[in-house]
Amino acid sequence: MSTMTIDKSGPTRKVKYGSMSRDRTWALRWSYFFLTLFAIFSLTPPFYMLITSLKGSAEISAATNPWWVHQPTLENYVQLLTSNQFLRFFWNSAWVSIIVVTITMLISVPAAFALARMKFWGSATLATGVFLTYLIPDSLLFIPLFKMFAVFGDWTGIQLVNRWYVLLFIYPTLTVPFCTWIMIGYFASIPKELDEAAIIDGASWFQTLTRIFIPVALPGLIAATIFAFTVSWAQFLYPLVFTTSTDQLVLPVGIITTLIKGDVFNWGQIMTGALLGAAPPLIIYAFLMDYYIAGLTAGATKG
Amino acid sequence: MADVSLRKVVKRYDEVEAVRGIDLDIADHEFVVLVGPSGCGKSTTLRMIAGLEDISDGDIMIGGDVVNDVPPKDRDIAMVFQNYALYPHMTVAENMSFGLRLKHYPKAEIKSRVTEAARMLDITDLIDRKPKQLSGGQRQRVAMGRAIVRNPKVFLFDEPLSNLDAKLRVQMRIEIKKVHQKVRTTTVYVTHDQVEAMTLADRVVVMNHGKIEQIGTPNELYHKPATKFVASFIGSPAMNFVPCRLEDVGGKLNVRLTDRLGFTLPPARAARYQALSRTDKLLLGIRPEHVMEARPHAEPGVEPFDAVLDVTEPMGMETLVYFTLEGSQVCGRVSPNAGAQDGSPLRLAVDLNNMHLLNEVTGAVL
Repeated sequence: MSTMTIDKSGPTRKVKYGSMSRDRTWALRWSYFFLTLFAIFSLTPPFYMLITSLKGSAEISAATNPWWVHQPTLENYVQLLTSNQFLRFFWNSAWVSIIVVTITMLISVPAAFALARMKFWGSATLATGVFLTYLIPDSLLFIPLFKMFAVFGDWTGIQLVNRWYVLLFIYPTLTVPFCTWIMIGYFASIPKELDEAAIIDGASWFQTLTRIFIPVALPGLIAATIFAFTVSWAQFLYPLVFTTSTDQLVLPVGIITTLIKGDVFNWGQIMTGALLGAAPPLIIYAFLMDYYIAGLTAGATKG
Repeated sequence: MADVSLRKVVKRYDEVEAVRGIDLDIADHEFVVLVGPSGCGKSTTLRMIAGLEDISDGDIMIGGDVVNDVPPKDRDIAMVFQNYALYPHMTVAENMSFGLRLKHYPKAEIKSRVTEAARMLDITDLIDRKPKQLSGGQRQRVAMGRAIVRNPKVFLFDEPLSNLDAKLRVQMRIEIKKVHQKVRTTTVYVTHDQVEAMTLADRVVVMNHGKIEQIGTPNELYHKPATKFVASFIGSPAMNFVPCRLEDVGGKLNVRLTDRLGFTLPPARAARYQALSRTDKLLLGIRPEHVMEARPHAEPGVEPFDAVLDVTEPMGMETLVYFTLEGSQVCGRVSPNAGAQDGSPLRLAVDLNNMHLLNEVTGAVL
């Protein structure tokens, strides 16, 4: 009876140095290394804020380890959330942001549609101009703007300076150009045949915008909305300059002006206020993250 | 439904004239295909009929009315685009009914029209799906459905099958033909594919460099092309062109291709070309199916000759053979049993009863 042996080893092949998988592994390792570094870098301040917000005044001023809480307390949170002043700042911020987002969208979306689709004389130049206005820093604009509103008040008797609603006129100068620019890009990525089909189907320009473009460009619209909200919510320089009375302040300025008295810094409450102030944009981002990313990367590839 | 007329229509983009004064009459119920290479102005012409492009000069009439300044929505036309242009956020039914809803048609009417069109196009099962859930062929059916429900005066198709694979294209071609047979709406169809043009059209309009080269039925264009461009554009593989001249030999008219190769013209052709100058530079135009393997008993006008084949392409039911004559590549169609092989000689024959003579300089078919 004959026996048969089977060579199970088969041909061996060494993985070549520099092969795709090896390169990929190293690329991944480096990516994770730098991502971790970046995460530590960006998460340290909020972590420090959280630690400090849970400390009492005595513990903050004591020479203990600043990265650890020995006697955690919610005292700062209770004080702020029961303070009418803080709630006032919060509502002012919320109102300003919501109204600014509404104004921005009402202007940006039709403007972007017109600039992207209704080819009229000078539309390309105007589109570039819109973006260029965004590049002018607010630190350059606040003095002339302040002067404008002061003169307007002198001439008409309508006093806008030191009223929270003055911000409704000012913030759109930041949000409208950028949101228009985002929406131009998004609308431009929609195939031309889509509006031509709508026009042949009998749609007016307005119907094409409302019934075709807005639903199709919804991710871009949400990205622009989040941007406008974040800018309005976090704006510091303009409200610092234009509003001074305590009842007219918005959150970022309110925290700084009321919780720093002379050279006394109420660190616990400042950090608590900053954390609470950062919450609304965080919540909005968390819910709309997928749309936001889709909006920012729109048109990058053929969909 | 209506007829469509173009009178000296011109389209200029700054200095460039994309369409250079074309005249075209499309009868009611007719299926006309505009065909030509890229940049010949066929799509621009269609878009001008649709109203998506302004015309620089001339008149466009739909149903006898000049529509130069009438907006697209009031021209009562429907258009099917190359990339379908379906509204991605709407279902198939919503896509199809969009135009009717804008015009505030009664709901019952909309429903019956959509159902009828869906049944005609065999997409009844897809009516609640979104475009992204459909295949290319299904999307194109929906795009056609959107046009059909409107019951317009004119259908416009802008290269509707270009995005489909070859098999589906053939299938959709038949579908389009069937739909036209049912609805009989006047149709203008743009394509760069001459096979599509030949198979679909009642009449084909061949365009080149912004002008109409020839208008005719598919058979007319194939058998009686007016110019070298039409002769070479229509038919696949394309017509062969070999430089030649006419000469009189022993009282008969010969066409001479090379010093060693000349053919005596059959009497009908000889009579037709008798008056031509013997010194003119001419081209012999012959379709591949008229270059075949030589048979023992040749018919009158079928002249045998020997060729050394460069390349052969077996197609199954026939074999395409390529050889060189006077520097020109010539294609012939032989039987798969003719023994054609790359690089080997083969006795072929040319059917001069179906030849064309062209002026080499002007390109006109004589």
